[in-house]
Amino acid sequence: MSDAIRPLIVGAGPAGIRAAQTLVNAGVRPVVIDEAPSSGGQIYRQRLVPDERSAKDLYGSEAAKAIALHETFAQIRDRIDYLPGTLVWNLHDKAVDAVTGQRTRRIAFSHLILATGATDRVLPVPGWTLPGVFTLGGSQIALKSQGCAIGDKVVFLGSGPLLYVVAWQYVKAGANVAAVLDTAPFSAKFHLLRGLFAQPSVVLRGFRYAAELMAHGVAVRFGVQPARIDGTTRVEGIVWRERGKEHRLACDAVGYGFSLRSETQLADLAGCRFTFDTRDRAWRPERDGAGRTSVSGVYIAGDGAGIAGADAAELAGERAGLALLDDAGLPADHARIGVLERKLASIQHFRDILESAFPFPEAWATSIADDVTLCRCEEIAVGDARAAARDQGISELNRLKALTRVGMGRCQGRMCASAAVEVLASTCGRSPDAVGRLRAQPPVKPIPLEVAAEGEAA
Amino acid sequence: MSRALHKDVAIIGGGLVGSSAALAMRRMGFSVVLLDKGFCGAQASGVNYGGVRRQGRPPEQIALSQRAHAIWPRLKDLIGIDGEFLRSGHLKLARTEAEMTSLEAYAARVADLGLDLELIGGNQLRERFPWIAGDVTGASLCAGDGHANPRLVSAAFAHAARHAGVDVLEHTPVSHVEKTLDGFHLSAGSNAEIKAGFVINSAGAWAGPFAEAFGEPVPLHAIYPSMIVTEPMNVFMNVNIGAEGGGIYARQVERGNCIVGGMRGEPLAEPDFSRPTGSGAVTIMNRAAALFPALRHAYAIRFWSGTEGEMADRNPVIGFSRTTPNLIHAFGFSGAGFQIAPGVGEVLAELVRDGESRTPIQAFAIDRFARTTQGSRADNEPELKKREAAQ
Repeated sequence: MSDAIRPLIVGAGPAGIRAAQTLVNAGVRPVVIDEAPSSGGQIYRQRLVPDERSAKDLYGSEAAKAIALHETFAQIRDRIDYLPGTLVWNLHDKAVDAVTGQRTRRIAFSHLILATGATDRVLPVPGWTLPGVFTLGGSQIALKSQGCAIGDKVVFLGSGPLLYVVAWQYVKAGANVAAVLDTAPFSAKFHLLRGLFAQPSVVLRGFRYAAELMAHGVAVRFGVQPARIDGTTRVEGIVWRERGKEHRLACDAVGYGFSLRSETQLADLAGCRFTFDTRDRAWRPERDGAGRTSVSGVYIAGDGAGIAGADAAELAGERAGLALLDDAGLPADHARIGVLERKLASIQHFRDILESAFPFPEAWATSIADDVTLCRCEEIAVGDARAAARDQGISELNRLKALTRVGMGRCQGRMCASAAVEVLASTCGRSPDAVGRLRAQPPVKPIPLEVAAEGEAA
Repeated sequence: MSRALHKDVAIIGGGLVGSSAALAMRRMGFSVVLLDKGFCGAQASGVNYGGVRRQGRPPEQIALSQRAHAIWPRLKDLIGIDGEFLRSGHLKLARTEAEMTSLEAYAARVADLGLDLELIGGNQLRERFPWIAGDVTGASLCAGDGHANPRLVSAAFAHAARHAGVDVLEHTPVSHVEKTLDGFHLSAGSNAEIKAGFVINSAGAWAGPFAEAFGEPVPLHAIYPSMIVTEPMNVFMNVNIGAEGGGIYARQVERGNCIVGGMRGEPLAEPDFSRPTGSGAVTIMNRAAALFPALRHAYAIRFWSGTEGEMADRNPVIGFSRTTPNLIHAFGFSGAGFQIAPGVGEVLAELVRDGESRTPIQAFAIDRFARTTQGSRADNEPELKKREAAQ
């Protein structure tokens, strides 16, 4: 029976690994495709080259979870077909096109679990395209996988839990963090007191990060309005306003981001129905409590389905695996399903509280200057988009793309679309959900022209 | 509450044909409503390859094509932007002796039609276009042809039409059209009721049902030409490339991106939109890397595909209905409409004003399918093959 299905899991982070484990335990052999060279996802990313750092050094308070997940993957490694360093660039008709280096192949599936995770939500600030400016996630990757900091004197800026996590990891690794600039007002953090009842350990860990940062002499500022990142050929400093007063700090690198953004291109190519999530201020694939999307046989788990964090991703991965087994007529542990759904509901409740502590900077779209680059691939300024929207009466995102090239470059809108939506919505006086979202087109990420196509994998 | 409009002309379909016709008619003083089920220029007119090419068209299209040829350099005056139109030349490659013979035959056939084709042998080709990989027998150059940016041009025509006073109703699909005693009555969108003296059916791949509603069924089916776009590269491709026998066409924009087509995509579940196939995209990518050494290490960043109406004989339908007075058809451009569309717009305006056009369009009459037997279609097969590769 288990030979009759051929599930494919995209992503080998917490959600993908737990989904794979669930299938393997039921005697099913899934294909697991992951873009990274080794498993673990962004949060439990492994080093590219072994060094003297321990799991505790790499993952801090989450070391035990990281070790457990990596061990699980080692145990199931021989019972899955694992394709690391492989990009799924197209999805059509119950098969994906996946490229490994210069080779691309078409891989058919009976069921699909998307565990594609998230990336930083980037909002342009003046100077954001200077060398030395990284996303928070990018800053973290540099540290985790290569053991290097993004600069000798680093400032972290933005909003979201990751802001404090990354800053704390940098301090723990011995990097010089000059400041953490939180765009959310301090008052927003009172929401966390409510969160204490839901997930006390997570909230206390956050407080501990902030306290330890301050203890290490890191300036932690709240209610910051970024003015600009200074520099001619690279980052030389950062300027911000705080209660009406302008401040400047010299630094040689800035890591920044405004919460996370789900990677949803494959769900889109699969034809999943999307819904606008007002909390995340983004479109995400619709899913039921088990991770079933609107397309039969396609499941979604982890941050790719809306931001909920790594613990939720592990639970959701397992839940999606069980849903798949159930739908395929294979035995699924229904008691376990109940436990998973209760835990997921509790995290979801907490997550709503957490996000209210890191609110979206609503004023950004109206206050950002016309000359700031909006789409860096195509070099389109905020003012270009505003002028096109005004002069040509544009009120829909694909139309903005067609008429200005915003989102048409190498990133295909993965980096700029969140900001473009805000600019367009504020210019034409609509809400962000009313201007639509970019239509999905392959390739999900750039692929080499000289790829060699191979026959369909068995 | 319904919106009642009374216009001289109602145009169904806001692609490049419909919007350029709307602009031309408005400038003649007609009152015009332009209706599109989505955004104007969002379908084939806005998402085609962007070839502005006369070379390779069948002789019966050349007069129309020449008329359009005069319009392209004047876009800035006409619609406010130049549409990134570049008179780069169009170079059609022959990869075999047989293909070269075919290019020579074409050049002889259109010799008197003003295309000024230049036949180029293999050695000279390598000298003048060294960025094309070796295995090419020869080529035919039409120096006056070029390329432009369809996503800008089509929308700008509609924008200019609106600016000139055309009522442009987007997201307003026409649900019903019928002949009345004094003209036509159309129902469109949720509440528009339109009376018009003339109706233009320029609905592209969606034109068939409108023609059929007036007793004129046509052999029109949807095709999905698909393109790949590379990351920006140093500019090396100084001419719009086509190939005799088809299989690849390519151009490089000023920004450095190369746009390469030659395969067809597939419709999506929502059939107004289509997507390139994975294998089709890889085929185009590989062909591009093989033909242009400068692209060997390039990446493809974007694919796209559009929905286009193709006629059985690959010629469009342009002209008056044979069943219904004051109904004019203009659709079925079969993957080669971008260049001629602004010319078609002018022709349609003349038809409305004068009842005839100074440009010959008899070959595009809608009743040619009723007149044509299977036998004569078969006679046309070699001709059809030569028109492969669309733009």
